[in-house]
Amino acid sequence: MFFSQLGYYSLIFGLIFSFLLIFVSYKDLKIINHSINSKIISFVFFQLFFVFLSFICLIISFINSDFSNVTVYNNSHTTKPLFYKISGSWGNHEGSLLLCLLVLTLFIFIFLITSKKEPKKFRIITLLFQQIIIIGFFLFLLITSNPFSYLFPIPKEGLGLNPILQDPILAIHPPILYLGYIGSSIIFSSSLAAITQNYVNNKWAKNLKSWTVISWFFLTIGIMLGSIWAYYELGWGGFWFWDPVENISLMPWLCLIALIHSVIVLEKRSQLASWTLILCISSFTLSMSGTFLVRSGILNSVHTFANDPKRGIFILIFLFILILISIFIFFIFYKPITKDQKNFLYSRETSILINNWFMMYFLSVILIGTVYPIFLEVIADEKISVGPPFYNKLLIPFLIPFLILMAIGPNIKWIQDDIKLFNLRLIFLFLISVLISYFVLIIIGLNGLFTTFLIGVALYLLVTTISDFFIKKKINLSQKISHFGFSLLILSIILNGIFSSEISTNIKVGEKYKFKHGIIYFEEVKNFKKQNYISVVTTFRIKEDNKKEIFLKPELRIFNQPENITSEADIKINFFSDKFLVVNLVKGNEYYNIKYQTKPFMIWIWLSTIILASGGLINFFQRKLNEK
Amino acid sequence: MYGKKVKLRVLFIFLLLISVILSIFLILKSLEENVVYFLSPTEIKNLSEVKNNKIRIGGMVKNKSIMINSDKITFVITDFKNEINVIYFGSVPNLFSEGKGVVAEGFLKDRNFLIAEKILAKHDENYMPPEVTEALEAK
Repeated sequence: MFFSQLGYYSLIFGLIFSFLLIFVSYKDLKIINHSINSKIISFVFFQLFFVFLSFICLIISFINSDFSNVTVYNNSHTTKPLFYKISGSWGNHEGSLLLCLLVLTLFIFIFLITSKKEPKKFRIITLLFQQIIIIGFFLFLLITSNPFSYLFPIPKEGLGLNPILQDPILAIHPPILYLGYIGSSIIFSSSLAAITQNYVNNKWAKNLKSWTVISWFFLTIGIMLGSIWAYYELGWGGFWFWDPVENISLMPWLCLIALIHSVIVLEKRSQLASWTLILCISSFTLSMSGTFLVRSGILNSVHTFANDPKRGIFILIFLFILILISIFIFFIFYKPITKDQKNFLYSRETSILINNWFMMYFLSVILIGTVYPIFLEVIADEKISVGPPFYNKLLIPFLIPFLILMAIGPNIKWIQDDIKLFNLRLIFLFLISVLISYFVLIIIGLNGLFTTFLIGVALYLLVTTISDFFIKKKINLSQKISHFGFSLLILSIILNGIFSSEISTNIKVGEKYKFKHGIIYFEEVKNFKKQNYISVVTTFRIKEDNKKEIFLKPELRIFNQPENITSEADIKINFFSDKFLVVNLVKGNEYYNIKYQTKPFMIWIWLSTIILASGGLINFFQRKLNEK
Repeated sequence: MYGKKVKLRVLFIFLLLISVILSIFLILKSLEENVVYFLSPTEIKNLSEVKNNKIRIGGMVKNKSIMINSDKITFVITDFKNEINVIYFGSVPNLFSEGKGVVAEGFLKDRNFLIAEKILAKHDENYMPPEVTEALEAK
C-alpha cells in the first residue's frame, strides 16, 4: 500500500522535474558562457532519483505480494520464488515501461556528465529533446498504464506470472534489450540538437559513435538472450523463426550497424552527414515503432500483454509527434556541410556506402515482410503470414556479394586507392576459400553451386580477417573482432541449417522407437512437487549408430496458477553438436509426444554472436581510453 | 554543358533509383509467392477451388476429437459452424489440447481434410484465435 503510493507520487515528482528542466534550460540557453547551469544537472539527477525510487517501490510491492496493486495482482503469486517475484516486476506491460523510463533518465544523466567537452547549447538542446521523449513516457505511464493502480477489495492471491516467463534468461533479457533500444534515444536527441546547432561535424560524430556502439552492443546481447531462451523454452529447437516480434528487434539493429559504419565516414572524412542523420533518426523511430506494434496487440506474441486500444493510440500519436518534429527540424534547420572534397569511386568511403545500401536492403525486406500482413488485414481484411521462405529467398543470395565486399572493404584505403595495386593476397585467399568449401562439401557428400559459394565467401571473410590481423601493421582491433565474429556466425548458421535433423513421434512409457540411425528408449516418468509447479521428469535413453548411448531427461512443468504447462527441453551441449529432446503431453492421453533434434554448431552461433558484440564493447572502451 | 561532377551525380542518382525499384519489385514478387493465408473452417468450406498452396487454419480443437497413435495425431478444428479434419506427424506445442485454440499450417487435401506440417498454439492460457472469438460471440 505505502510503497504503491510512494511509487506513484515519485512518478509525478519526476514528471514535474521534466517541466522544471525545460524551464531552466530555456533560461540557461540565453546566457552565453561555457558551462551549463549546475541546477540543470542536479535536476536531471533528481528526476533519475525519483524514477529509480518509483521502480524500487514497484519491486518492493512485488516482493511483498501487495495485491492491492493491480499490476502485482495480475502478474504475481505468493508461491512464486523470490527471484521471479523481482523479475516479474518488469515482466509485464506497466513495469517494463517504468524500466524504459528509468533507462531514459539514466542515459540523459550519463550523457550530461560525460559530454563536458561539447558545446553548451548542444548539450542543453539534447537534454530538451530527451525530455520530450521522457515526458511522453511519463504521460503514457500515468494515463494509460499506471503501474501503481489501486485494487479494492484486496484479493488474497494474485493471478501469477506466465510460467514461460519464469526463466533466468528472460529475467535479464528485457533490461539488456532496453539498454539497446533506449540508447538509440540519445542518438536521436543528440542528432536533432546537432542539426539545430549546426554541429554536424566530425567532433559530434566521435561522441555519437560511442553511443551507437554501446546501444548496438546491448541490443545484440539482448536479442541473443531472447533467442537462446526461445531455443530451449519454446521447444521448437531453433534460434530464429522470422517471427514479427523478432523482426522488429532486428530492424533497429541493422539500422545501428549502418550507422556505426557511416558515422566513421563522417568522423574521418566529414562526409555522408545527411545520411548519418537520417540513420540516427530512423534507428530510434524503428525502436519506437517496434514498441507500438508489440504493445498495441497488433502482433500477437509472448510480449503482448493485456490489450488496451487506448495504449496503441497513445503510442501512435507519440510516434507521430516524434517523426513530425524530426522531419521538421531536419528540413528547416539542416545546413549541409559544403566542403569541396574530391570523391573517388574506389575508396573506403564507397565501400562503407555500399555496406549501408546492403543494410537498407536487408532492412526493407524485413520491414515489408513484417508490415505487409498488417496492412493487408486492415485494408482487405485478409489474414496472412509471411514465413521463413520469404526471408531466406530474399536475404541469403545477397549475403554472397555482401560477404565478399565485407572482406575487401577494410583493405581499401581512404579517399582513393589504386586499382592496379589491388592485391594478389585477396584474390589468392578467395580462390583458396572457395576451393576448401568445394572439397569439404564433396567429402560430406553434399553439392550445389550456391552452397559452395555461400560457404566459400563466409570462409573468405574469415580468412581475410585473420590474415589482415597478422599482416597489417596498424589494425583496427574492434573491427577485426566484429567481422571475425560475423563470419563465424554466418558459417555456423549455414552449417546448422544444412546438418540439423529432427525426429518426432508419439511414444508410451517403456516403449522404444526405431529411427533411421538409432533407437530411442522411453525409460521412465517421475513426478516431483516443486514450489509452484509439479515437475514431470521423463528419462530417455538414446542409442545412435556408432555413438555412445546418451540419457536425456526433458521435463514438463505443470503450473496451477496460472494454469499452464511448459516443457523444459533437455539439451546435451557439445562443442560440435547439440542433442535436443523435448517432450509434450496431450491432455488425457498416455502417449508422450517427443521431438529429438540434432543441432550442429549451436554453441558456435551463441559464441560468435558474443564475439561480434564484444567488438562493439572493445571499440567503446578504446575510445574512452583515447579520450583520457 | 554540365560539369563532370553533375554528370556523375545524375548517374549516381539514376543507379540508386534503379536499384531501389528493382529491389522493391523483387521483394513484392517473392512476397506474392511466399504468403500463407489464414482461413477459418467456414471460409474453407466456401472456397471455390482447393489450391495447392500452404495455408493456416485457425479454430478450436473439437472436444473428444484428438486421436493419437505412435506415428500420427489426428484431430478436428472447429469454428462451431464447420469442421476440418487434420492429420499431423510431428510434435505439438504444450497448450495443444481439446477445447483450446489452435492454428494448423499445412496443405489442404480437400475441403474437409488438412495435412498439417506445423501446429501452433499460443503461449498463453487465455489465447484464442480472433476468428474463434468472433464465432463464439456470434453464437
